[in-house]
Amino acid sequence: MRATTFLRLAALLAVTARLAGAQTVAITGGTVHPVSGPKIENGTVLIRDGKIVAVGANVAIPADAQRIDASGKWVTPGFINSATTLGLNEAGGPQFSGGYNDVSANGTNGIAASFEAWRGINPVNTYIIPARQEGVTSVAVAGGNGMISGRIGVIDLVDATTVAELFRSGPVAMAGDYGNPGNGSTGARAEYWAKWRTLFDDVKAYAARRAAYEQGNSRDLAAPRSELEALIPVVNGQMPLALNVDRASDIIAALAFAREYSLKLWITSGAEAWMVAKEIAAAKVPVFTGAMNNIPQDFGALGQRQENAAMLRAAGVTVVLVGNGPGDEASFNVRNIRQEAGNAVAFGLPWDEALRAITLAPAEVLGIGGEVGSLAVGRDANVVVWSGDPFEFGSVAEHVFVRGRTFTSKSRQQMLVERYLTLPPGYRRP
Amino acid sequence: MRPSTLLLALAAVGCASAPAPSTQAPAPQPAGAVAAPAGAPAAAAPIPALVAGATSRPNADPFPSTYAPFPSRPTVIRNVSIFTGAGPLIRNGAILIQDGKVAAVGATVNAPANAVVVDGQGKYVTPGLIDTHSHLGVYPAPGTAAHNDGNEATRPVTAHVWAEHSVWPQDPQFPRDLAGGTTTIQVLPGSANLIGGRSVVLKVVPSRSVQGMKFPGAPYGLKMACGENPKRVYANSGPSTRMANVAGYRAAWIGADEYRRRWDKWLAKPEGDAPGRDLNNETLAEVLRGNILVHNHCYQADEMMQMIDIAKEFGYKIRSFHHGVEAYKIADVLAREGISASIWSDWGGFKMEALDGVKANVGLTHVAGARAIVHSDDASYSQRLNQEAAKSLAAARAAGLTISDEDAIRWITVNPAWALGIDRLTGSLEVGKNADLVLWSGNPLSVYSRAEKVWIDGAMLYDRSDATQRWRTDFELGYVPNAGGIR
Repeated sequence: MRATTFLRLAALLAVTARLAGAQTVAITGGTVHPVSGPKIENGTVLIRDGKIVAVGANVAIPADAQRIDASGKWVTPGFINSATTLGLNEAGGPQFSGGYNDVSANGTNGIAASFEAWRGINPVNTYIIPARQEGVTSVAVAGGNGMISGRIGVIDLVDATTVAELFRSGPVAMAGDYGNPGNGSTGARAEYWAKWRTLFDDVKAYAARRAAYEQGNSRDLAAPRSELEALIPVVNGQMPLALNVDRASDIIAALAFAREYSLKLWITSGAEAWMVAKEIAAAKVPVFTGAMNNIPQDFGALGQRQENAAMLRAAGVTVVLVGNGPGDEASFNVRNIRQEAGNAVAFGLPWDEALRAITLAPAEVLGIGGEVGSLAVGRDANVVVWSGDPFEFGSVAEHVFVRGRTFTSKSRQQMLVERYLTLPPGYRRP
Repeated sequence: MRPSTLLLALAAVGCASAPAPSTQAPAPQPAGAVAAPAGAPAAAAPIPALVAGATSRPNADPFPSTYAPFPSRPTVIRNVSIFTGAGPLIRNGAILIQDGKVAAVGATVNAPANAVVVDGQGKYVTPGLIDTHSHLGVYPAPGTAAHNDGNEATRPVTAHVWAEHSVWPQDPQFPRDLAGGTTTIQVLPGSANLIGGRSVVLKVVPSRSVQGMKFPGAPYGLKMACGENPKRVYANSGPSTRMANVAGYRAAWIGADEYRRRWDKWLAKPEGDAPGRDLNNETLAEVLRGNILVHNHCYQADEMMQMIDIAKEFGYKIRSFHHGVEAYKIADVLAREGISASIWSDWGGFKMEALDGVKANVGLTHVAGARAIVHSDDASYSQRLNQEAAKSLAAARAAGLTISDEDAIRWITVNPAWALGIDRLTGSLEVGKNADLVLWSGNPLSVYSRAEKVWIDGAMLYDRSDATQRWRTDFELGYVPNAGGIR
């Protein structure tokens, strides 16, 4: 009977959510940070059918619009966390004899180019709602370890039962590692980099002589057919290659490799990127980095520092803020991207740049700048109304719109807190 | 897009032999410093001169602290808001530190003419932050196998090992901790073992030896661990189940109690040969005597309840449950039993026993009347305990709880000081206590605030505005660029 009630409630909520999606919503009176333009005091954001249809100080509000009074509040695009494994792991997975972990493919000799981790997302993963409740509306999802760890996809944080409902874009890039010679069965950096060249040469050879390959008329190539196939757009310079690479000299090596092979490069860790900021800026390569790590954790990242983002930005590099600390911002704490942004400000990044680095900058790098990441007419309505400065701990995301919809579903964490706010009657001693 | 270092760290599962001759000068200790845990029996009467290295006596101190306060000048900080850790926020107040102690604190203070004056306009002062759960020095950076010294994962009960013997004082994580306003830490063995060994309380100061960092007067701690980690590490040899975990603790305490009785009997009447020494039981016997505080890594509520019963069975007290992601479920029990909870602001989910982690954990534990503590277990979080407390405070308020800013500051100052048995010495800014304090650029509960100056025992050991004086470990020379802005 309780289950029935629950199902009815769920159905009711679903209906409510659909209705909310169909409505026109006017967010009025707030300080609007469109990111694509200067902030607007006492501005209005008008949402209809999942899209932003008007933004400005003088917006005519339709009579049937549901109004949200945002006076004294801050209105921003939904945040994008661009370095996550959200939905792919819970309760530690097999490593801890627990839940599930679908982050890393086995691949072949460290190459898993055809792997698309996002296809394995569990849409009811319990870390998704907490992220959305703190203003994260989209995330990039990437695979784990290896020389080439797979293709990156982007999802929106809507309530869903299928991956298709979450899916926004992908593959948007190929992820790999250029600094760790332990990957891919190699012993030394230079051997590792030679392996990259051999692989990319073989991708080219395969692409040029597919027919011969199909007839079995080909020399041995460095990877299986599926992987060579998946790498063709990378070698053609169409799909970005997102490399983890930390040591300054390794970054320079990666830039040279990208230049020689005409690759479109992203640097997705870049601990010592600040040391070679000028070269990175000249190559127009974006860097994904955080602001909460200053630990010289290994000999390839001794220069790790919290000013990295600020110094790169000052040098003209496109910066995408992601978690680079230990706080599990890739999964359980995807929500903490705003703390990362706040720390980036504390360590020198201008506030507007920090906001851009978790909204429009990642959207543009991920190739979805025309869809999300700013409050501009025609964009999908991923919008957040904050009680105050979104980077401050005390500020609350009071309304979170994803594709124009808000969600009332509670997180598992909320359910636990509500249960224990007062001791549940069943748990009292007789 | 690095793999979670959290998971990697957790995969690694990461928390007296030569009594000094009685003529030797005692280690520097503030007068009346020894802070015995509440309710602990008084230390046994002094033992008559005995052969060095031959006895297992209470409060033996074979590796005494050689820490002495750094040079300091009388200093007054004016025009600051002061979170004292003891009472309400003092707005626009002042604090005088002199001879290493807090000499005066209030709306106004009288300062001697020679006092250094710091104008703290618009800024905030807090006590130095205290982390009850650190592995600095035993899991240093860089994270090499050569320095992987935090877990003696060779058998499940290793009370004979002392974390201080693994501490590398040149760990570059120490100066970064200090720059984050953290002045005192407890360094623990990891959590691979049921009983992992002795912890040590350190001041976050430069030193050539760990002895030079040891907090004078701080009691030792004992690291115990529940749940998944020990049974995973010893899956093949046992314990491989939670029931064997419990059997393992009990067997250890049975042996320790026998040992303690044998030794206490002999110490009361030292005739004939002394009983044989055993380093493992020596430490455990000290717990049973109340001289060593128990710090128990334990995630689940049900397991904490069992650990409480084990403590009662053998007559020791648990000083603090560490990690305690389910502390909120038994916060009333923790309050009743006088056990503090050293917990994360927002970690959870990374294994089955961490599944029910909630951000309101600290707040829920606090409002139930238990001593709540925000801890780090992490070299990065330990640098921003203020942010962790602020996150916990925000989550508590979002859940509808009423908690003051002052209380949130206590989670990272006087409450951890209590858990470490040093709250009579540090953790709050009260006259006579150690002058361990931090000047923040703004409200420490703001994400934008940074530690500007940090004093330990009245000596300014960190000054953000003066990169030339910054503490750099030996390791950093020639390896880590001196970027000036390094924290």
